[in-house]
Amino acid sequence: MAQAQDKKTGAVMVVGGGVAGVQTALDLTELGFYVYLVEKSAAVGGAMAQLDKTFPTNDCSL
Amino acid sequence: MVEAGRSPNIEIISNADLLALDGKPGKFTATVQVRPRYIDAEACTACGLCTKYCPRHLVDSYNEGLAITRPIHIDYPQAVPATYYIDPSACLFLQHGTCQICVPVCRSRAIDFSQKPTDRKLAVGAVIMAPGFGRVPEEALTKYGYGKHQDVVTSIEFERLLNPSGPFKGEVRCISDQRHPHKIAFIQCVGSRDLGCDNGYCSSVCCMYAIKEAMVAKEHDPECEITIYYMDMRTQGKEFDAAQKRAEEHFGIKFVRAKVADVTPWDKGLKLTYATMDGSHGFTGYDMVVLSVGLDAPTDASKLANIGGFDLNSYDFCKTTTFAPLESSNPGVYVAGAFQGPKDIPESVTQASAVAGIATGMLRNQRGKGVILKSYPAENVAEGEVPRIGVWICHCGINISGVVDVPKVTDYAGEMADVVYFSDSLYSCSQDAQETIKEKIKEHKLNRVVIAACSPRTHEPLFQETLKDAGLNRSLFEMVNIRDHCSWVHANEPEAATRKSMDLVRMGVAKARHIKPLPEQTVPVTKSALIIGGGVAGMTAALTLADQGFPCTVVERQDKLGGQLQQMLYTLPGDDVPTFLKNLIDKVKKNKLIEVLTSAELVSTEGFVGNFASVVKVTRGKDIVEHTIDHGVILVATGGRPHTPEKVLGQELPKSDRIVTQQALEAQLAGKGKNRAPGSVVMIQCAGSRGDDLAYCSKTCCNEAVKNALKIKEINPAAQVIVLYREMRTYGYAEDAYRQAREQGVLFVPYTMDNKPLFSDKGKGVKVSYHDPILREDVELAPELLVLSVGLVPESTEELSKMLKIPVTADKFFLEAHVKLRPVELPVAGIFLAGLAHAPKPLDEIIVQAQAAAAKAAIPLVRGKVEVEPIVSHVDQDTCIGCGICVSLCPFQAIQMHKIDNKRKAETIAASCKACGICAAHCPTFAISMGGFTNEQINAQIHAFGLIEE
Repeated sequence: MAQAQDKKTGAVMVVGGGVAGVQTALDLTELGFYVYLVEKSAAVGGAMAQLDKTFPTNDCSL
Repeated sequence: MVEAGRSPNIEIISNADLLALDGKPGKFTATVQVRPRYIDAEACTACGLCTKYCPRHLVDSYNEGLAITRPIHIDYPQAVPATYYIDPSACLFLQHGTCQICVPVCRSRAIDFSQKPTDRKLAVGAVIMAPGFGRVPEEALTKYGYGKHQDVVTSIEFERLLNPSGPFKGEVRCISDQRHPHKIAFIQCVGSRDLGCDNGYCSSVCCMYAIKEAMVAKEHDPECEITIYYMDMRTQGKEFDAAQKRAEEHFGIKFVRAKVADVTPWDKGLKLTYATMDGSHGFTGYDMVVLSVGLDAPTDASKLANIGGFDLNSYDFCKTTTFAPLESSNPGVYVAGAFQGPKDIPESVTQASAVAGIATGMLRNQRGKGVILKSYPAENVAEGEVPRIGVWICHCGINISGVVDVPKVTDYAGEMADVVYFSDSLYSCSQDAQETIKEKIKEHKLNRVVIAACSPRTHEPLFQETLKDAGLNRSLFEMVNIRDHCSWVHANEPEAATRKSMDLVRMGVAKARHIKPLPEQTVPVTKSALIIGGGVAGMTAALTLADQGFPCTVVERQDKLGGQLQQMLYTLPGDDVPTFLKNLIDKVKKNKLIEVLTSAELVSTEGFVGNFASVVKVTRGKDIVEHTIDHGVILVATGGRPHTPEKVLGQELPKSDRIVTQQALEAQLAGKGKNRAPGSVVMIQCAGSRGDDLAYCSKTCCNEAVKNALKIKEINPAAQVIVLYREMRTYGYAEDAYRQAREQGVLFVPYTMDNKPLFSDKGKGVKVSYHDPILREDVELAPELLVLSVGLVPESTEELSKMLKIPVTADKFFLEAHVKLRPVELPVAGIFLAGLAHAPKPLDEIIVQAQAAAAKAAIPLVRGKVEVEPIVSHVDQDTCIGCGICVSLCPFQAIQMHKIDNKRKAETIAASCKACGICAAHCPTFAISMGGFTNEQINAQIHAFGLIEE
């Protein structure tokens, strides 16, 4: 993992693993950073994981 | 989700709470406490045996309490991490020291009651708060009989009822007696727009999700009657009005504008009493009532705010500003998603990308220093070698082997030609199975791998990764789906399912004999961007990219930067827009990484993601100069402008200086004139929008009307302001301003398209007449000013659409790649989208969208190369006759014509190809083949289907 050799640290913490948190984490890694995704419950997904289908593509939310 | 679970650079710390945050931007230390799962995550294979044996019942909160689970469980089969956990509040051992039946049951010995909470210190440069939303207060529900009558359910419970994995396996049934409901009512604004429970704001999402749930319920049961009771249908999002229309016209869903008083038992069902707009009362019987609950702040919001050191707004959501919507009051701590304010999925996803962009901009010098890059052994070349196939048949716990005779299928596979290794596997996706596969590849010199298990959609990348680790090209893999295609769909016919599995394995092996390694291609990227449009979206995107360290060129058609924002002088919350705009323009001009070309137009663009070359024409007085710019990505931010309707509500617009737009009124109100606020004003909403002239809702006009109405009242409290509207769509916190305007005496009178307001000006001032539904009579007025809320149209998207081959909607806005999951990307790789060119939206949403588009555009620039999926189309140059059919059909602009020895030939640009196969299917000379799906391979599969292996 990232060691703070310089002034700043190359890792980011995301609090919350719903659709916003997971997307943030994925984009952070794509932009070259290590991510700690901290989630209160036992699994990520948040409210979106409870949804049946989503508008307008009827995609499954998982 | 699965992607996040697999990324080597994301550590998911679940079952954990943030306890403390110290430090400063760039250098924080976070303390996180991980609660025990009582199950060793490494050892758990998620087989589910423990749940079967656990004797205790537990209400299933994932199914909103509509189903029963056990204290030891997993919320849903696809959960990430796929590890079970024990709810300590219900476990017999953890509560009473008894039972422990799960311990011997678990074959992987994963149960560990000795686990204790552990604290971890994390060194991080930035913190992003995305805790989501909470539930509305109980009293908002109980006033409609929730908790008292079983068939009054929340919309989230209803969502679970619709879901195939829900309590009745996707059948909508009444909770009370499991009958199918014939009449369902939705009640809107439950816990929203309701000062009774301190939620004055509008939750913004409920109208749209109610429509979605109603349509899905209608698909389940077309006979079911559904009515939605609402105050204002707030379907202000892109294409949302069209969805409502479809719900009404195609699905026959009824919309009733009424306030529901209460829900009481009646006969076998429920009676809903309501009051309509004209003050009359009515009641109707229903089998089921769905409460469209709003989004509240998370319950732990104030705890998080304390730990994170940031402020909350009056509703306990994170406090931010119009100009920096994702920055909390504590520098280095950012926010995204519903915690920033109630919002839907596309907006949450947009905010997520935006916040990733701005947080990493702050930390750009640390980029790449914390990440783990995986390396793979050199690939053994397998081309030309005799196939040596390894076959694994997966039990998937009991998911497959509960139906399919796995040992029989395994033995059958072993008899096939070229199969040199075969085995079954309890969980072929588990970590130890990957090690076994790697070992066997080496031991038996396997050069093709077939795995019969679940779906390639979810697991192919995992197995391909294993192949790469073992030094095999990842294309030398074939997956056979005997779970979804056999054991799941033929659960009652085990023998037939086994035969089908054998057929599928035989076909998979037949194809595997012909698969070839495909080259892993990468294309270098020019590390700069071209931004089309120098309004607030274009400038914000330019600064976000510059913060990431990438140069860009901003092309602006006008002679100065600023776009439409030059016409905005203040916002609804009272921000000073001209000062913000001036600072923004200064920052852009001073930034060394940003080149600004004004009075400039894009003439042409060629190339593909990573390698575009564009020609820009710049006019300087009488001179016209053409610049050629090389760039890796394109960001479209061409903006929009107020619509100039020819007719309003079916009436010709009279020539009159007493009839103005909201924009003109705003300019007047922001001026210095003593009498700048007129004494009497009538505003007409949706003037030319929503089916009048434009088909859609422009999302911003209601807020603009309230903003100007309040401004008039501020300057001239005695002024009479009347707003004629169809639906006030002051979503989110703007609802507060709408309420404030009513309190200050602004009169809001609804009209319908059957009873439109009339207006005229015959040279002696404006006259307006309309029907007032509360007075139940027609009113005629002669206001000083008639103000039209005219809506927004995109700025000439058609030309650019042709040039860049990017699609537009029927309303002429650009169409994003995926409405929910890729909201700021266009279907052509390397082209991104922000601002009014996407859809009408307010300033704060434009800023976020621009930051998101810039963050997404930065991804290929950060990588420095574009990786091409090995499965792409390939044109055989000898067979190609140069007809060009493929070029015209390709939806991704991925095939170009070029000349070889004066003959026209097609060629695929691998970086742009999405492997849809349209070109291959249409090529008249079969010159095009798809890597991984060649005619040879598919023919072999088809032959194998009809054959019994000898």
